[in-house]
Amino acid sequence: MSAGTNKIGVVVTDIVPLNELVTRFKFERADGGLLPTFSGGAHTVIEMKDGETTRLNPYSLMSDPADRHAYTISVRRDDAGRGGSLFLHKNVRIGDEMVISYPVNLFALDLRAHKHLMIAGGIGITPFLAQIKQLSATNGRFELHYACRNQALGSYVDDLTTAHPNNVHVYFDDDGQALDLENLLDGQPLGTHIYICGPKGMINWVRDTAERLGWPREAVHYEEFLAPQSGKPFTVKLAKSDLEFEVGEHQSLLEAIEAAGVDAPYLCRGGACGQCETDVLEADGEILHRDHWLEDDEKESGKKIMPCVSRFEGRIIVLDR
Amino acid sequence: MSTFKFPPSITSRPVYGTLEPRSGKHHLMIADAEGAEALFDLVEKDPDLIAHAHIMYFPAADDTGYAEKLKAFSPSKLYVGPSYSAAVPRLRRILQDAHMGLQVYLAGTEGLMGQAMSEATNAGIPHTAIQTEHRGSVARRMQCVHCKGITENVVTDPFTCSHCGLNLFVRDHYSRRIAAFQGVCVDAEDPGNVPPKRELYS
Ligand code: FES
Repeated sequence: MSAGTNKIGVVVTDIVPLNELVTRFKFERADGGLLPTFSGGAHTVIEMKDGETTRLNPYSLMSDPADRHAYTISVRRDDAGRGGSLFLHKNVRIGDEMVISYPVNLFALDLRAHKHLMIAGGIGITPFLAQIKQLSATNGRFELHYACRNQALGSYVDDLTTAHPNNVHVYFDDDGQALDLENLLDGQPLGTHIYICGPKGMINWVRDTAERLGWPREAVHYEEFLAPQSGKPFTVKLAKSDLEFEVGEHQSLLEAIEAAGVDAPYLCRGGACGQCETDVLEADGEILHRDHWLEDDEKESGKKIMPCVSRFEGRIIVLDR
Repeated sequence: MSTFKFPPSITSRPVYGTLEPRSGKHHLMIADAEGAEALFDLVEKDPDLIAHAHIMYFPAADDTGYAEKLKAFSPSKLYVGPSYSAAVPRLRRILQDAHMGLQVYLAGTEGLMGQAMSEATNAGIPHTAIQTEHRGSVARRMQCVHCKGITENVVTDPFTCSHCGLNLFVRDHYSRRIAAFQGVCVDAEDPGNVPPKRELYS
């Protein structure tokens, strides 16, 4: 069992629609106590009971890490997704009781940095909101570059530019504004660390540019949660638990294992942390690797799978679980 | 040949590699004595580096021409100085004005590499991003764990602390912060019972 699977019972105490796509949710402890502290960049995994299926989706905490009375998250509605964000947007009401996990941080600030250079795309802004609050309290030096579609969809643009007029730079795609990345990276003082949260294309662009300019890998941090994708149903056998069952079309392998009553490890549920890595004993078919944890040769070997995001196509897959 | 293969030891002991050219707009190379040979090899791998290289070099007292050879490469900047310690303010200034993307290459003795490494990490470069290559003497920079005094150029085990005079045993236990190995009193239990001195790695 992993740290992130410690649960907390909470009540939804506020729901604020920010714009067409993004809504903010506030959670307080159901027993009235204080929530655990966290550090900027941490996420919590929210349990959603949607009829028959239970979904566990990770969301970055955006509230002030020093405030233990409540956690807030901002959720972008994904109409094409498997339903987690739609469930939060449509089914959750103020006063509902929910279960969330203890916070886990896979995107922490490196406090040895002399300066924190943050690059956000769209809803990728959320972890930075908590990090900026943390840094403001400790006089940390930061600069945020935030790209979003337009003013109307730019969540928290006004809050950020009002609170930190000299440190926040916003780019609206619709107005043709773009980040001059090369110039931004070139000339950063020694000891600067980069943090990127946004779409895959943005993450790769920043990482590649930084590498070309000679930035050490250790100074470039990024967070990209993959959402599990739907796919063809398949049969899985768990050797140790001696169970065999079907993974549904809109279910992830990890969700199916949990639904079968087996306590499997996880932290991020997005193919990033490595916690859920599972040995494959037999596979009559093809593993569809979707994580960015396993090395290419491990993926090719067919001996490992990350059940939070990866699937299988074929007759049966046997796991060492 | 100026290379020496250190036997495997505890994880605290630094390990050194071979300098490899890396992409970046600026390259800072710091070497002492035979460390110059590692820079020659590096430049041979990528001759374009030299035009963007700032070299700080500390020749041995009996330098046989390494400094001249480095000069002949005509790097963008070359500083040849009498000692590392005298050049620390200069190095700090260079690091203060430097930008991300700077590549740091250290070559030569452990004492030089360790101290320059600690300046570079204080300036904000992750230590794993700094390249090192050992060349030349295996002499060590030692800290006496009792009086905290530093003794440079220790070549025997045990040795006498140049500050408090205790007989110290040379450990592989290393401090990155002060760039020195730890020396521990060898005859604390039985004063005067000091094992015979041996040259390091002999
Ligand atoms: S739970 Fe993090 S990689 Fe699967």
